[in-house]
Amino acid sequence: MSIFVDKNTRLLVQGITGKEGLFHTTQCIAYGTNVVAGVTPGKGGRQVENVPVFNTVKEAVSKTGANCSMIFVPPAFAADAVMEAADGGIELVVAITEGIPVMDMIKVKNFLAGKKTRLIGPNCPGIITPGQCKVGIMPAPIHRPHGPIGVVSRSGTLTYEVVKQLTLKGIGQSTCVGIGGDPVNGTNFIDCLDAFQKDPDTKGIVMVGEIGGTAEEEAADFIVKNVDKPVVGFIAGLTAPPGRRMGHAGAIISGSSGTAQGKISKMKGCGIRVCEDLGAFGDLCEEVFRF
Amino acid sequence: MNIHEYQAKELFKKYGIPVPDGAVAFTVDEAEETAERLGYPVVVKAQIHAGGRGKGGGVKLAGSADELKSAAGEILGMDLVTHQTGPEGKTVKKILVEQGLNIKKELYLSIIPDRVTAKIVIMASEAGGMDIEEVAEKNPEKIIKVFIDPLIGIQAFHCREAAFGLNLSPGPMKQLNAILKNLYELLVHYDCSQVEINPLIITEDDNVIALDAKINFDDNALYRHKDILEYRDIDEEDPLEVEASRFNLNYIKMDGNVGNMVNGAGLAMATMDIIKQVGAEPANFLDVGGGASAEMVENGFRIILSDKNVKGILINIFGGILRCDILAKGVVQAAEKIGINVPVVIRMEGTNVDEGRKILAESGLNLITAVDLKDAANRVAEIVK
Repeated sequence: MSIFVDKNTRLLVQGITGKEGLFHTTQCIAYGTNVVAGVTPGKGGRQVENVPVFNTVKEAVSKTGANCSMIFVPPAFAADAVMEAADGGIELVVAITEGIPVMDMIKVKNFLAGKKTRLIGPNCPGIITPGQCKVGIMPAPIHRPHGPIGVVSRSGTLTYEVVKQLTLKGIGQSTCVGIGGDPVNGTNFIDCLDAFQKDPDTKGIVMVGEIGGTAEEEAADFIVKNVDKPVVGFIAGLTAPPGRRMGHAGAIISGSSGTAQGKISKMKGCGIRVCEDLGAFGDLCEEVFRF
Repeated sequence: MNIHEYQAKELFKKYGIPVPDGAVAFTVDEAEETAERLGYPVVVKAQIHAGGRGKGGGVKLAGSADELKSAAGEILGMDLVTHQTGPEGKTVKKILVEQGLNIKKELYLSIIPDRVTAKIVIMASEAGGMDIEEVAEKNPEKIIKVFIDPLIGIQAFHCREAAFGLNLSPGPMKQLNAILKNLYELLVHYDCSQVEINPLIITEDDNVIALDAKINFDDNALYRHKDILEYRDIDEEDPLEVEASRFNLNYIKMDGNVGNMVNGAGLAMATMDIIKQVGAEPANFLDVGGGASAEMVENGFRIILSDKNVKGILINIFGGILRCDILAKGVVQAAEKIGINVPVVIRMEGTNVDEGRKILAESGLNLITAVDLKDAANRVAEIVK
């Protein structure tokens, strides 16, 4: 099993005819993802990589039964694309786009409230259930299919780093979710922790966070009450200066809130094994994840 | 992006939020001109982006022309040190000269798009003029929070909630309601990440006025606010960061001597952390992007090497979409083109890593290939010792 995406995922790509969109669509198809449709307004009727392109999400959904969308639309139009997907009945929207204004995302978040659509991202590498389905830009070969570990992370390449270390130790992954580095995002740590806890094939969880906000602290509280599977954590940004945005829009220490030290001690206090030496992340996982 | 107080007050005026009469001045003469027009007393305020200006001696009251001249003379050109500037301080190049007002009460008011609730949040407090973080910690009950659904926008009841919470009398309450509505419009229209008024004052004659003004903008939204971009003051930024921003590089200058270049923000932070862990100090944060190109790598080298403190460089790339062999070629090209005069330790992982390592090894350059992250950090720490 897995969470959110699997063999039944029927993927639609919004922004499929752009350079990035097309490249990653090809990569997803090569991995075995069932890409059923693309949407680029004004380019409906074409075919790219044998995938039919439509003008609107509604049309794509009604003609192909797409249930998941991956968004490569530029930041100025991305919020609109997410809302179009939700309005078109898409169950899972994965927004890769980086640089969407916060105000746009706040509107999106309120628009999605009460709808059945789940949003992952934006500003994220996407989601992969190794061996079944890849919806995102992560390098596929670092993953090991049918494994016991669920991975959830705010970062891109840092996730690749920990996944690679897991794989090198022979520890496979059930699903890896990049929830993104923006201050306002869709799916959060708690949503993923909850899903991993309920997924019978996930036996342990890796959680990668960074400075800024309080999502890790809230996740730690959630774990105490609701998760009995072992959790290994990592937090980036111990050396980050306060008040500076560290690459990700959401990675900023405001006053005394959002520090790496604060997150690490909170997580430790909640029984999470926090890795303090990224170089030895795999070793710690090998020690903790004995099933 | 940050702007100056006087610029924020320009925006306030545009949105009908009352501010004291005044003008920005670059010289003592200009300051005097404004003061003569306003009449004494006036307040002279240093215009730098950092907070805590008052405590650092950057805000002075002048009751006469003589006092004004000495206050303006002292502040203009001073290296103002506050808790936000660092020990070297920030040179003051302009001042704001404003009418002095009789203050009956000081309030705190701010409005932000809240990342946790995804609502627009108004925060107000009767504990004005104080550090709001301190108030939040010691007396959280003194802070009123009003949550606004951005799809509905600000309503009269939101304003009442704040105004009654502040125990205002009817006159000021009416003024506050208007201020809140205007602040909300300003925040939403300009994609502000924060608008803060501390203090918002009630004068002896019951006028509500923004005595201070602080606005930050969401960098991701600046593309739709060209007028705000004109407020950018590069004197307030680190010169290397300004240079890096021209190349679209995410660079932040730090105080150490280990330069580093990484693809991806999370991995870049983690790389800085590991440098510190092995006993060295990072000279910077530099994220060349998840899919960095050879050109980005070259520009990254340029920026890192412009920092004269740098004694060694650590490159940490997790090749995913960006293949390691392509990256290695980029590094070699950049090294040959720019001429790198400090040792460079490279840690690569991911797609085509063996080909990449081979290219580096055969380049004949002073490039040290590390086997893993820890090894890389140890080697670069050894070099800068």
